[in-house]
Amino acid sequence: MKLELRGITKRFGDFTANDRIDLLVESGTVHALLGENGAGKSTLMNVLFGLYDADEGEVLLNDEPVVFAGPGDAMAAGIGMVHQHFMLVHPFTVAENVMLGHEDVTGPAKLLDLEAARAKVREISERFNFNVDPDAVIEDLPVGAQQRVEIIKALSRDASVLILDEPTAVLTPQETDELLGIVRDLRDAGTAVVLITHKLREVKAVADTITVIRRGKVVGTAEPTASQEELASLMVGRAVTMRVDKDEAKPGETMLSVDGLTVVDEAGIVQLDGVSFDVKAGEILAIAGVQGNGQTELTEALLGIVPSDAGSATLDGEVITGKAIKDILMSGLGFVPEDRTEDGIVAPMTIANNLILDIHDRKPYSRGGVLQPKVIAEEARKHVEQFDVRATSIEQTTGSLSGGNQQKVVLARELSRPLKLLIASNPTRGLDVGSIEFVHKRIVAERDGGAAVIIVSAELDEVVALADRIAVMYHGRIVGIVPPDTDRDTLGLMMAGAHDEEEAA
Amino acid sequence: MSDQTATATDEKRDGRGLLREIAESQTAVVVFAIIASMILGSLLIIAASEDVREAATYFFSRPSDTFSAMWHAVSSAYIAMFQGAIYNPNGGTFAAQIRPFMQTLTVATPLLFAGLGLGIGFRAGLFNIGAQGQIIMGATLGGYVGFAWDLPVGLHLLLAVLGCALGGAIWGFIPGILKATTGAHEVIVTIMLNYIALNLLSWLLTLEAFQRPGSDNPQSPQVADTAEYPLVLGDQFPLHLGFVLALLCAWGAWWLMERSTLGFQFRAVGANPSAARTAGMNVKRAIVLVMVIAGALAGLAGSAQVLGTEKSLTSGIAASFGFDAITVALLGRSRPLGIVLAAILFGGLRAAGPALQVQAQLPVDIVLVIQSLIVLFIAAPPLVRFLFRLPAPTHEKEVAA
Amino acid sequence: MTTATMDAPAAEAPAGIVRHRRLVAPIALGAIGLLSLIVFGFGTQGGLETTFAIARPTDFVDIPDFAVPSQATAIILSLVALGLAGLSFWFAWAHRPVPLWLYSAFALAVIFAMLTWVGAGKGSTSMQITGLLIGSVFLAVPLVFGALAGTLCERSGIINIAIEGQLLAGAFLAAVVAGGVASASGSRALGAYMGLIAAPIAGALVGAALALFAVKYWVNQIVVGVVLNVLVVGVTNFLFGTLLKENPDLNQAIGLPRLPIPLLHQIPIIGPVLFNSNMVVYLMYIIVIVMNIMLFKSRWGLRVRAVGEHPRAADTVGIKVNRTRVRNTILGGAIAGLGGAFFTVANGLAFGKEMTGGKGFIALAAMILGRWSPKGALAAGLLFGFADALREQFGIVGSSIPSQFLAMLPYLATIFAVAGLVGHVRPPAAEGIPYKK
Repeated sequence: MKLELRGITKRFGDFTANDRIDLLVESGTVHALLGENGAGKSTLMNVLFGLYDADEGEVLLNDEPVVFAGPGDAMAAGIGMVHQHFMLVHPFTVAENVMLGHEDVTGPAKLLDLEAARAKVREISERFNFNVDPDAVIEDLPVGAQQRVEIIKALSRDASVLILDEPTAVLTPQETDELLGIVRDLRDAGTAVVLITHKLREVKAVADTITVIRRGKVVGTAEPTASQEELASLMVGRAVTMRVDKDEAKPGETMLSVDGLTVVDEAGIVQLDGVSFDVKAGEILAIAGVQGNGQTELTEALLGIVPSDAGSATLDGEVITGKAIKDILMSGLGFVPEDRTEDGIVAPMTIANNLILDIHDRKPYSRGGVLQPKVIAEEARKHVEQFDVRATSIEQTTGSLSGGNQQKVVLARELSRPLKLLIASNPTRGLDVGSIEFVHKRIVAERDGGAAVIIVSAELDEVVALADRIAVMYHGRIVGIVPPDTDRDTLGLMMAGAHDEEEAA
Repeated sequence: MSDQTATATDEKRDGRGLLREIAESQTAVVVFAIIASMILGSLLIIAASEDVREAATYFFSRPSDTFSAMWHAVSSAYIAMFQGAIYNPNGGTFAAQIRPFMQTLTVATPLLFAGLGLGIGFRAGLFNIGAQGQIIMGATLGGYVGFAWDLPVGLHLLLAVLGCALGGAIWGFIPGILKATTGAHEVIVTIMLNYIALNLLSWLLTLEAFQRPGSDNPQSPQVADTAEYPLVLGDQFPLHLGFVLALLCAWGAWWLMERSTLGFQFRAVGANPSAARTAGMNVKRAIVLVMVIAGALAGLAGSAQVLGTEKSLTSGIAASFGFDAITVALLGRSRPLGIVLAAILFGGLRAAGPALQVQAQLPVDIVLVIQSLIVLFIAAPPLVRFLFRLPAPTHEKEVAA
Repeated sequence: MTTATMDAPAAEAPAGIVRHRRLVAPIALGAIGLLSLIVFGFGTQGGLETTFAIARPTDFVDIPDFAVPSQATAIILSLVALGLAGLSFWFAWAHRPVPLWLYSAFALAVIFAMLTWVGAGKGSTSMQITGLLIGSVFLAVPLVFGALAGTLCERSGIINIAIEGQLLAGAFLAAVVAGGVASASGSRALGAYMGLIAAPIAGALVGAALALFAVKYWVNQIVVGVVLNVLVVGVTNFLFGTLLKENPDLNQAIGLPRLPIPLLHQIPIIGPVLFNSNMVVYLMYIIVIVMNIMLFKSRWGLRVRAVGEHPRAADTVGIKVNRTRVRNTILGGAIAGLGGAFFTVANGLAFGKEMTGGKGFIALAAMILGRWSPKGALAAGLLFGFADALREQFGIVGSSIPSQFLAMLPYLATIFAVAGLVGHVRPPAAEGIPYKK
């Protein structure tokens, strides 16, 4: 099996997501597609998988040109894909998900042959040691298991090319290692694997060939023996390592004190389990951990979005738990949410309006319940300039801005109040390198201005670069707080909960 | 629904550019949607016309008869509509000539009230199908104040109008509070409340307190003169004070949504509730308030009925204004000015009913057909552009996923 | 059965699960039981009797009417209901699901307490049990068809508010075709059956319009549904006032013949209720059974449900999302249209303006209470049909419960359901959201 992409071009309006991309994948190899977020990797794979139509270029299978009208065609041709966001139907069982789209039927009434599907799941699960129960319902499974279901789905259709799109984003370092092991097994069994990632370590660990994409173009190929620095500079276009210029922290008084904070969700599951820590004025505490280990609940409980079931948080001597969100914000908390389009901006409203979402009812933006458009516009212009938001006008809808500029709007809003504490979750997710540097600089500036800062990030690189101290979360607890120069293996083990027993903070 | 403000392009504003801009605009879509609906309405009129069918039996010997019958059927319908809704040239006096338009404004009044309420709801992300029930409850409470209480001039009307607003507000509060506290979908709850309101009113009309003395029909006593909306242009026109109040409410709705902090919150909550909440807004409070305001406005639509035109309660007091108001709000794109225009348009269609019946011997219901077609077309601009080969607007770009 | 162990889900829940007891339902049952005891039990005058009639003239065997002492019976039934409420409380306290039989038994006890109360002292012809059941089934027909239509659409992710319009369109075309065929052929039965065939076509047309606007133009599905209802009312009223007025032949009262199933229809109670109906009613049972199997056991059903829950996932395994939705919406419209035939040819009535009278919205309610399953649609439809039949019977007997309150019951029940006061209803996750690539 040989899969080749030639001159693939895909445009969205004026934006060219893929620009004449060539790619060759052969069976029994792992081909890494390396690139930053937004470089066009996922678009390319969606073209290959028949989800998007390419504007130019062709796909060849064993040197024969093929056209995939939809994913069905791609799968029939032996291409399987594990999407970054899992394509699993939540109320269905594993077996139902695996059989979906190519169901066996049995009996005179041609009803679903669930037994055959279960057998298939068991067979593949045992072959690769996946430990997946065919009758488990997807929504009850942890993400790692869900990902294995995705792989079973692809393999059950005899995929000879398997595309993995950012497969490790939601995995712990240990789970990542397991996955990479699986990738090697698949390769040895003759499968061609395309690994889409922006993580250099993984590429070096398993790739046989590497293609680097930047801004929709192939900028080069590399051998797995290339150093991380070489790969990184290819990926971002200049020699960059994730480093933030900052001075030594000068921590002052304790600004935030969290004591035994506990959150139980609606389903009765403990998401945050008695978390206690302090953050001092003028220091950055970065929270590391695999997504879904209580970081979201921690930040949302501090802001008051989710009610805390036990414990307390004290900001500058004042208990904030149990207060209204508005009061907490006004008492000096800045909040950059982890999903800016979901929680950060109101897309159809103007930039000017988004800049005052929090303070629209305060003077001077409103008087006696009446908005003051002139003041609002004036202040908006000031902020847009100060935060370098690239927009044609402050009356432009925020939704029409690029991700980086949207994030700058959120930052401009949150940093325009006098802050005692800044909480920023994944503040640079999906941003280009320029915006990342800008955001990091502002965060450090806020620290140097005397605020306490909490950064939550799924990117270990970002955590290490920004942190004055690192707190690692696992299963709703802080398993330890360590200095930023702690080595990555130790951090990885902590993220996997290894220190859970000895060192519960 | 995104703001449809015209974006300035670099294109030179020469003749062709301007023409193109007009053709791309939202207004063009509205105009062509109305034209398309009238064409489809015409087809229905032709299909149902006995004269056309008769002429068609000898179509091949004299096709012109068929066509002239078609033309006659359609033109008489639309002339009747025009004369019934806007201007009647056969009227003896000027007052009689413009009486149809005054009738249009009168019929538009409840549509305008209720449409304003629904529009605020839509912009706040709430799909209120419950104007019908809110009108009924408003008319019931306000009507009761109107016929059961004995109060001085001025105060009586004021209290009756407030009663209408309160009745509607209560019926809006229920789905609002259920949505805010339990997440119950307002579409389902408001639909169900419409029928509960209707049954409640039918039951009330069986009670002694609501019975018109000496009548066996389920009909309330007449509203006292002191509680009626006075006629604003004298006895020769049916136009009552409710219309003026409705226009004031339209201005009020505009001010609320565009100038007040509360409206700012409503818009933010409507467009992205979780971002609004993260920014410290009280989303639940906003939902309840929006539904109460929408309900109150629908209740005022009830006042236009019970204190303005009908003057007593029957189970048909709301007619189908609650559902028609949805089409008004949609056609008006949830903006007060648009709603005023849409209410007058649909009010005109309704007002033309009697003329249609008398002059063209057509059932009023053709109006419902045209009205619903207009809304369908307007909701699908690409369809209208496709039918009339209009250019697609340049600023509607595909966005990368 | 499971050969492999999997990652325990508990790993996600580090400190165990705090379990909330759901006591709302048991408390509600208790309150209803108490109310039943006070109103129906102690509210009945002593010394009166209630007579229940079961037998029908056509039955095999004659079951005599039986009379019970009203007050004692109502009190005993209410106490039974209270006992059941207590039992449900025990179930909930022990974190066990309250079984369905308990709810059913509770409902039966309260309903019979009510019947006893209403029929107290009203003589021998008062409580026609069989008649009540026949009425329930018959009145449930349009609701069940409508709810099935809604289920079919919503399972694929399209919200169908236009059920009302589809019923009305079906009723209209059935009447017109029946009248046309009957006057052309002279056979009323033929006319009725042709009408029955025409009804789903009318509904399917409305469904096709919904699909066009919802799937191709991404118009808000609730908007389309609401507006289509107005459109169908307008078109049918208009044609009623023109075409049908000028050609009375096209709108005659033509009924489908009754098709008693030999022998079975003579069984007491069950016979007249189940085996002595016309084609529409039998079709309803067949469609419920077939759809229940197809939706949950067939390839088609798995795909439809996947499209309604996670269309993107369905797309990535090669299922044509929008095609599935269009087909389901049209098929759903056809089923609702068939239900519309109930109003005209199944009832032997001529078409009347807006004769569906909001049944389409009760059908929507039945779909929700039936939790988007054909079986549930049947159960909820029968329940609402029963409420309707009760209303009719109470009207005849003369009860002190205003009929309007009984008419409100389905709507109230639905509000309670969507507000989560009686269990949680979860619609298909992707319903109402257009699928854009």
